[in-house]
Amino acid sequence: MIKQLWLRIRQPVDPWLFLFTAMLFALSAVLLFSASNQDLDRVLNKIVFMGIAFGVMWAIANISQATLMRLALPGYILGVILLVLVEIAGKTVNGSTRWLNIGITHIQPSELMRIAVPMTIAWFFHHFEAQLNWKHFVGGALLLLVPVGLILKQPDLGTALMISASGFYVLYFAGLSWRLIGVMLAAGSTLVYVVLHWDWCINILHEYQCRRIATMLNPMEDPLGAGYHIIQGTIAIGSGGVFGKGWLSGTQTHLDFIPERTTDFIFAVFGEEFGLVGNAVLLVMYLLVIVRGLMIANTASTLFGRLLAGAIAMTFFTYAFVNMGMVTGILPVVGVPLPLVSYGGTSMVSILAGFGILMSIQRDRKLIRR
Amino acid sequence: MKSISRSLFRSRRGVNQRQLGGAGVLRNEHNDRYAFQIRLAVALLLIACAFGLLFARFFWLQVLQHNRYMTLAEQNRISLVPVSPPRGLIRDRNGVVLAHNFSAYTLEITPSKVGNLNAAIDHINTLIEITPKDRRRFKKELEESKNFESLPIKTRLTDEEVARFAARSHEFPGVEVKARLFRHYPQGELASHLVGYIGRINDRDIENLKENGKLANYRGTDHIGKLGVEQSYEDALHGVTGFEKVEVDSGGRAIRTLDRTPPKPGSDLQLSIDMKLQTVVEKLFDKRRGALVAIEPGTGGILAFVSKPGFDPNLFVDGIDPISWKELNESIDKPLLNRALGGEYPPGSTFKPFMAMAALEGNYPLVHQTIADPGYFIYGNNKFRDSKPGGYGSMNFDRAMVVSSDTYFYQLAVQMGIDDIAAFMKQFDLGQRTGIDLPGERRGVLPSPEWKKQRFKKREQQKWYSGETVSIGIGQGYNSYTPLQMAHATAILANRGVVFRPHVVANLVDPVSGRATPVEPKPIRTQPWKPENIERVIRGMEGVMTQGTAARVFAGAQYTSAGKTGTAQVYSLKGAKYNAHAISERLRDHSWFIVFAPADKPKIALAVIVENGGFGAQAAAPIARATLDFYLTGKEPAAPASAVASAARPASSAAAASSPAEEERTSD
Repeated sequence: MIKQLWLRIRQPVDPWLFLFTAMLFALSAVLLFSASNQDLDRVLNKIVFMGIAFGVMWAIANISQATLMRLALPGYILGVILLVLVEIAGKTVNGSTRWLNIGITHIQPSELMRIAVPMTIAWFFHHFEAQLNWKHFVGGALLLLVPVGLILKQPDLGTALMISASGFYVLYFAGLSWRLIGVMLAAGSTLVYVVLHWDWCINILHEYQCRRIATMLNPMEDPLGAGYHIIQGTIAIGSGGVFGKGWLSGTQTHLDFIPERTTDFIFAVFGEEFGLVGNAVLLVMYLLVIVRGLMIANTASTLFGRLLAGAIAMTFFTYAFVNMGMVTGILPVVGVPLPLVSYGGTSMVSILAGFGILMSIQRDRKLIRR
Repeated sequence: MKSISRSLFRSRRGVNQRQLGGAGVLRNEHNDRYAFQIRLAVALLLIACAFGLLFARFFWLQVLQHNRYMTLAEQNRISLVPVSPPRGLIRDRNGVVLAHNFSAYTLEITPSKVGNLNAAIDHINTLIEITPKDRRRFKKELEESKNFESLPIKTRLTDEEVARFAARSHEFPGVEVKARLFRHYPQGELASHLVGYIGRINDRDIENLKENGKLANYRGTDHIGKLGVEQSYEDALHGVTGFEKVEVDSGGRAIRTLDRTPPKPGSDLQLSIDMKLQTVVEKLFDKRRGALVAIEPGTGGILAFVSKPGFDPNLFVDGIDPISWKELNESIDKPLLNRALGGEYPPGSTFKPFMAMAALEGNYPLVHQTIADPGYFIYGNNKFRDSKPGGYGSMNFDRAMVVSSDTYFYQLAVQMGIDDIAAFMKQFDLGQRTGIDLPGERRGVLPSPEWKKQRFKKREQQKWYSGETVSIGIGQGYNSYTPLQMAHATAILANRGVVFRPHVVANLVDPVSGRATPVEPKPIRTQPWKPENIERVIRGMEGVMTQGTAARVFAGAQYTSAGKTGTAQVYSLKGAKYNAHAISERLRDHSWFIVFAPADKPKIALAVIVENGGFGAQAAAPIARATLDFYLTGKEPAAPASAVASAARPASSAAAASSPAEEERTSD
């Protein structure tokens, strides 16, 4: 009886992905204890959210691919409607309108879109698998641009970028023309170049966005303003050295020099206390998760599975890279958490929901083989 | 990785299959898989590049630049917080406190953290009353400080005000309550020119401190001595700033102290001043302008140092507001002028004892002669008049001192010549700085041909005319000395030629051990004068007190004394007869008196000047009498100063009319 129950629980779960995730969670709990100045309540809170996130993952892993495909488009349409509602009747916090009051609680529809957008585009390509041509890429791009446009309007640059990335990965894996990718890269670099030249920049973007980019290039120009995050973050990491200052011993962390040290800048805490060695271990752990995700994509039974699994794995990679890049000062500061490690339940749940989809895709492959 | 490479292999086979048979098929499962795996491989490459880039960045920061960031982190973490030493106290010789510190709360604004200052002050005003005076003072402070320091908007908050502000402090960014040590001068105007005051350190002070390498010691100090002993003993009073090595968080809040070098508190000053005497003298002056310097001849310690009018030094401590400043600075009475060492006046007849000393030491023929005294002296084409119309008929050395005969001293001056006079007067430190331990001392003028050459630019003005020597003999002409110099010269005579540097601070007292270090323990020199000459001059000065110009004022004194009256001209009459009532008060003569007592073993020597007080016995001598009475016998002045003065006035003016020995009046 107990054995059966265990099998039922175990059966949809991919052991490798689960193991790597659990390792990252363990690390994040230890790190949070230090970053929060030994606030056990926050660590417990995080552990509760880990449990919830694992529950969500398990539940989604049980859903078959066919059901996922059926849910994709309705989910997407619901999401777009909610985004439009946010635009009309959303709650404004700190100049951004991201929240929607649904009576019981406030929800953030853009979180739903993190999953719904790649899923729907993957479903779209899967649906037209037999006669794919350039028109379908245009269609996929439109499916991406509508929600991204709505989210940019909120404005929420970080989320918009990450959703764009996940949608782009679907298009990429679906076979987006290399030539077109080349053109996009060229256009992107040109845009970056333009942005770097201040006079041009303010004609195109909001002034604060230009300032963020300029600050990233030379944080010392504005040491107490926008550059403060980057300077203190790099000081923390640099002062950590090869082996770090040791757990609970980071001076930058514990003397409050690192802003948002439990959320977006938690990597600075990690780098300060665990050093280059710790950073290398963290990179390897992320790499394991990503490679496992790509392996699942590779062996997926359907085009939907392949595209979606690849996009989820690559999006996860993008989170990790952008966060670590911004904390160490090689990318501009955009509000992207360090996946699975930063404090924040929503982000954790949405990432593990993605892992649940990966597991569902992995499980279906087995079923089909059998 | 293995599975991917395996699938890559598999898919290559798929391509082969397509080439063999599946050619016309547009979409093919294996073809698609192959394309997908290429894309997976490219994605992996991208990941490898990105993580490689991150690792390179980590390596750069944590290995290659580690030392630099380590230093930055330490600088972030550790802050050296200066601990200001408590400023030394100032006490008189009997322990009466003239300056002390007390702790109080101030409300301070850091202007750089506040956007609209006026709005912020208005907002504060809703909670704690800010007077227009506070505002004006704040504005002045703001103009004077370029730093990003916090400035007090209101000082000495009550406990209730502190509590009220603390409850709502979050509404006031950049405004905070600070506990500070305040300087307070409990004696107010008394001895204000002596004590001076401290004020906020301004840009010029910072320049000076920088030049002298003392700026580091002033980290954490807001105030510095600006006048009086507060300025001249600044180094001793300030002490040595201590430091705390403190671990701070990003908000600059101290978390814990790592190391502490305690400050060395400033030395206390024990003045030679006797505050009881000082108080008596200031009361004697009442509203009149003038100065009195009393010296203990045996030590050079100054017993009373009065310059009237004074000011309240407490006004300056937190920065004086512009209106009060204007009042003080533009007052016709010049309360900010330290008359005792900064006011230069012709000494008048108080110069005669020193002339007499010079004559005896030089052994000039006139000393041994009796001369005819017709009431005037003719030199060349000029007639120099005596204050005694008609003269005394005949005059000798000893009598000339007692009755203050101008005719005799005119002739004496001519006989001695200007060079000898100037050379001898230097021995009394006249026309030199005495070196008193107070700032702002002036040199006065000891006239000589050399002095004239330096003083004037035009050649014809540079020449010394022998006629100019005549009035030098009675303390007029170019002669000009400070009350301090006159008191010092009197003390030298009283001390029989042993010279101490005058000083107001007797001891520096270590506040911890209580050990006292004397400031001027030894005489600086002794004049090689013949004792019989000194005694002869002193006998003459005693005669002034018993039979001469000061006899009436000093009638019934319980001690012997030696002195001399004097009158300094403010206004040249050009030969007209002087009438005190006919000319404006501000143009009346200054009244001088020098005296020491007891005559044989002097305990006190003093010089006093009352501006526009008339002749010497009229205003200055009564003050001297009351001062000596109090100091030597403990007798309090019978009535308020003005009453004493007016009581003395009818007596002396009556004397002026009746007695032929009364005070002189000269004009050329």
